[in-house]
Amino acid sequence: MSAPLSYEEPTAKFEWHVAEEELGYEPGDTINIGWMCSDRICQLGLADKWALLWEDYQGNQKRFTYDDVRILSNTIAHFLSGLDLRPAERICLFMDRVPELYIGFLGILKTGAVAQPLFSAFGDESLFVRLADAQTSAIITQRKHLYKVRKIRRQLPSLRHVIVVDADQASLQPDEIAFQMERTPRIEDFAVHPTTAESPSILHYTSGTTGQPKGAQHVHYSIIAQYLTAKWVLDLRPDDIYWCNADPGWVTGTSYGIIGPWANGITQVVLDSGFNADHWYEFIEKHRVTVWYSAPTAIRLLMKEGAEIVRQHDLSSLRHLASVGEPLNPEAVIWSQEVFGKPFHDTFWQTETGCIVITNLPGMPIKPGSMGKPFPGITATVLNPETYEPVNRPGVAGLIALRPGWPSQIRGYWNNEAGFQARFKNGWYLCGDRASIDPDGYFWFMGRDDDVINTGGHLVGPFEIESALLGCPAVAESAAVAKPDPINMEVVKAYVTLKRGFQVSDDLELEIMNNIRKRLSPLAMPQEIEFVDSLPKTRSGKIVRRVLRCKEFHEPVGDLSTIMDD
Amino acid sequence: MDEITTVVRDYIIREYLQEGDDRQITEKTPIISSGIVDSFSMVSLLRFLEKKYSIHIPDEAATPEAFDTVERIAALVRRFQKAEVGSV
Repeated sequence: MSAPLSYEEPTAKFEWHVAEEELGYEPGDTINIGWMCSDRICQLGLADKWALLWEDYQGNQKRFTYDDVRILSNTIAHFLSGLDLRPAERICLFMDRVPELYIGFLGILKTGAVAQPLFSAFGDESLFVRLADAQTSAIITQRKHLYKVRKIRRQLPSLRHVIVVDADQASLQPDEIAFQMERTPRIEDFAVHPTTAESPSILHYTSGTTGQPKGAQHVHYSIIAQYLTAKWVLDLRPDDIYWCNADPGWVTGTSYGIIGPWANGITQVVLDSGFNADHWYEFIEKHRVTVWYSAPTAIRLLMKEGAEIVRQHDLSSLRHLASVGEPLNPEAVIWSQEVFGKPFHDTFWQTETGCIVITNLPGMPIKPGSMGKPFPGITATVLNPETYEPVNRPGVAGLIALRPGWPSQIRGYWNNEAGFQARFKNGWYLCGDRASIDPDGYFWFMGRDDDVINTGGHLVGPFEIESALLGCPAVAESAAVAKPDPINMEVVKAYVTLKRGFQVSDDLELEIMNNIRKRLSPLAMPQEIEFVDSLPKTRSGKIVRRVLRCKEFHEPVGDLSTIMDD
Repeated sequence: MDEITTVVRDYIIREYLQEGDDRQITEKTPIISSGIVDSFSMVSLLRFLEKKYSIHIPDEAATPEAFDTVERIAALVRRFQKAEVGSV
């Protein structure tokens, strides 16, 4: 069944069974994402179709058919099985956007192990926190990231295997293993582990207001939702050339950068490079990209480069554009209509939902600036923050909430049942965002409901940054808050008090910024540091980030009666 | 290679190239589009340049294109050094 022509068409009598049927899945069957995205596509007669057209910033290219993906993921799965890795153990993928990342993801899933993709720009501290929490058994990485792994390996007793995809064994330490995917004998047949619907599949780490990042645990059944939302929301059709800008270190990069397109048998292109407007347009033109799933931050960077550069390229192949990560501002929708002749369709979802939940379907009229409407099969509303009852009044803000039960909903936070249960109130799952609903049923994003910072479409937890700031020799106290930003929507701003004997200076500011960038990640690096004499605190001594955040957003602070120093 | 070019190149190698990364950085090596420096990290590079050369580079001039090679960054620094002198 192709993408619906209107919003009303599928919503009336929708059942997820549509996707089960199209994927040939019957309740109780085995279901394995790795197999579904490679062997099944080959069995459909698409073995010779391109699955992945890969390119790096220097123009080096590699191409893989669905049969290549099937065999190479078998090869990786066979190699991992030989390392005494048992089903449900966590195997981390810590790589740039190289083919081994995409194909290795399927290989891990074929063994029954859990894939734990992590953003390769993470510093050693961010990496350590996530590997320690997940008790990860193996990590697959590249030579260029190996030094970070070496720095922390001795503190990770669970980490039994370090696998490097682009090194010779001679260049590695004795307890590291070289595995070069394309030089290893190809494995034609591999007995895929008989995972079932509720078998664990992926562990994605996401940030919250309190504590360290939490591991969102997904299961193999999630493919039901990822397949159908990719098909209907991204309007994927058999002849499409699809480009998703997201890195598989984040959930968009797995749900819609691997599973969604490959479960649909689509050819996808990957550009392993940083931002460069001219290069991006060239890439679309060269590969005749038809469907482009991007992010508001990237779109705003393209807007900054102007319309003239767009006109220097033939982008007529583009048929459908969509965006994710943070709210898409109306100006970006209007701009894309003007320069590409079609609007970007905003989509809303998060790590915990596993799939798009509120969206502008291709057949829907777009209201620029709106998130759209709930995907068929998703019951969404906004709740009164006091009573957790639906607001039921157009235009009144509330907490975005979903009725649990869609296929790709997380099944828990790793080792954190209390944190998971805290996401539910009155039978609703709380997304942690605020919105209102207009009389036509369109959702309008209003902001986060917590202190998490959404920068460039990625959630960054203030606690992790503050902990790292306290590790800087000069810092006595710190608070990390969001600051509005025209490109990234929000960036990290740090308020810092210094220890006795340290003086405020530009050098110190730069030193702290670089320290956080290297230990955590560029995303977590404060783009601005304000040195202050004291931080606002409650009577019990807890720092009140809300006061600082309101200052940055020029919003009223509200009741300050419990704050000691004002 | 002039002084500004050398300082910028050395700073990028020291601060942004990861330990195991043996790529050579020349005046023309792509810095942003290669992913060595991303758009977030550009802010710390910008801060370094402003501090080192006592200049102000406005946001509209600090684009990924203008920061994509050591050569372009050095040209940007020279342009704003002149602007600072001219404004005295």
